[in-house]
Amino acid sequence: MKHLKREMSYHLMLLPGMLVLVLFTFVPLFGLVMAFQNYVPAKGISGSKFVGLQNFKFLFVLPDSKQILINTLIIALGKMILAIVIPVCFALLLNEIRIKWFKKTVQTVVYLPHFLSWVILASVVQFIFGYDGPVNAILSLFGVDPIMFMASNNWFRPLMIITETWKEFGYGSIIYLAALTSIDPGLYEAAAIDGAGRWKQMFHVTLPGILPMIILMTTMSLPNILNAGFDQIYNLYNPLVYETGDILDTFVYRVGMVERQYSLATAVGLIKSVVGMVLILSANKLAGKLTDRKIF
Amino acid sequence: MRKKINISDVIIFLVVLVMGLSCLLPLWNVVALSFSDSASATANRVRFLPVNFNLNAYKKIMEDAQFWKSFMISVVRVILGTVINMLLTILMAYPLSKSKKEFRAQGIYMKLAIFAMLFPAGMIPLFMVVKDVGLMDTIWSMIIPAAVPIGNVILLMNFFRGIPKSLEEAAEIDGASPFQVLWKVMLPMSLPALATLSLFCIVGHWNDYFTAILYINRTVNYPLQTYIRQITAAFDMSKITNIELLKQYLQVSSRNLNSAKIVVSVIPLLLIYPFLQKYFVTGIVMGAVKE
Repeated sequence: MKHLKREMSYHLMLLPGMLVLVLFTFVPLFGLVMAFQNYVPAKGISGSKFVGLQNFKFLFVLPDSKQILINTLIIALGKMILAIVIPVCFALLLNEIRIKWFKKTVQTVVYLPHFLSWVILASVVQFIFGYDGPVNAILSLFGVDPIMFMASNNWFRPLMIITETWKEFGYGSIIYLAALTSIDPGLYEAAAIDGAGRWKQMFHVTLPGILPMIILMTTMSLPNILNAGFDQIYNLYNPLVYETGDILDTFVYRVGMVERQYSLATAVGLIKSVVGMVLILSANKLAGKLTDRKIF
Repeated sequence: MRKKINISDVIIFLVVLVMGLSCLLPLWNVVALSFSDSASATANRVRFLPVNFNLNAYKKIMEDAQFWKSFMISVVRVILGTVINMLLTILMAYPLSKSKKEFRAQGIYMKLAIFAMLFPAGMIPLFMVVKDVGLMDTIWSMIIPAAVPIGNVILLMNFFRGIPKSLEEAAEIDGASPFQVLWKVMLPMSLPALATLSLFCIVGHWNDYFTAILYINRTVNYPLQTYIRQITAAFDMSKITNIELLKQYLQVSSRNLNSAKIVVSVIPLLLIYPFLQKYFVTGIVMGAVKE
């Protein structure tokens, strides 16, 4: 009896949150029907005509789709690789710094960009890589003509990858710095007795020590392959670089919210949700197998 | 320990220094711009020290009614949003932290929550629901649809599971109801976790500009970040179809004023930054706890 009463309280606690989830996560799922319709806002979902897989077929023949997918994959993959490599290297190097106040100050500074929005950082990036900005000023010292980074299809993707890495590497290094502290100091002493210098110690003690964490973080980042970073690109791109900079998420926004082709945008969103879910479930499973940790 | 400084030390020091400066200098430049005069800022003569130091940009902001209106909308949104986020997070995390023996429906709720996290319906279907329930153009459109941050719920659930069972059982033997156990036993034990999650919510709400682009039609009701995006993207980016237009766009004449607005918009984050630094390590390590 007491047990039942307690369970009633648990249901009660979950009620408000579940109401929000039902209304804003489960009810919108019915809207996915639009992906199979030729949706006309005036007629609503019940009045619009069903067209089967026509929207999906259209996406497959649309020349832009292939380019958008390629852009998404390249930008996302570049970011994923650097999101592991740079924070790991930075953590390893910072670990070697013995001047305490310097280490603390650097940490304080490199975490900061993570907490600033892309709205703000976009104007910073536009200035730095602008036509008369500091990067071009430095390049001109070497006799390089100024580059319009923001309008160049050669530069836009690398720029997105570099600036994202710049924003997040400090924050990304925290997890590795935390992992470093749990390495047994005895291992370093043993290595030193064996005559290992500092670089050797870094590669043979420190790096293996944080390897499980590197594997976990790599696995958990795999689902991001379709997330090229909407906020960053939305704030930095323009029609001159759509060819190399347009990604799935910006495409959905433009087609859906700006051009009001609801059905087409919903179809793209649906594909992304399905693939995204499969990727997350696989990554979670893989993480459970490779390490003993899981996210859920 | 070795005291000798060798070439490796110098190289490592320099690399770390350069990486640190790369994060600091671009932001410092914005501060310098905000204290410079408009002409120097536009002519791109400002590097790391203000040119013709003055407070004109800040004086202009003081008189800018829309800036402060948006600022206040953001403040209200952060407060309401964080309180509601945390309330729902706590109320969901506690029952979910129970085993299936203690709470038979735990499994079903958990599956629903995870499904909700894994399978978003997408921008357009959610937009339609927000429109249909009449949230458009209200501050609630930026709060209610995202009121349950499921990732946070799972973090807190895991944290609750790490609290010794005996504490709960003792309270239950004394006749405490689940609400009392949650309030008097679990929450006081979870203060660092609650602080971390609240800070995540605060930063998330303060920095979000996009929800308002979707759901707020009248620009006078924009929160601060959306307002700043609107002024820094001085004209419609999608109209930039040639290089000359882009050059014009990048040479905004009010660069010092925009910089000052950016600085003021970042100040609230800097005020909580010491707390952020103290707690986000907890948060990140929490994210990788064992199942």
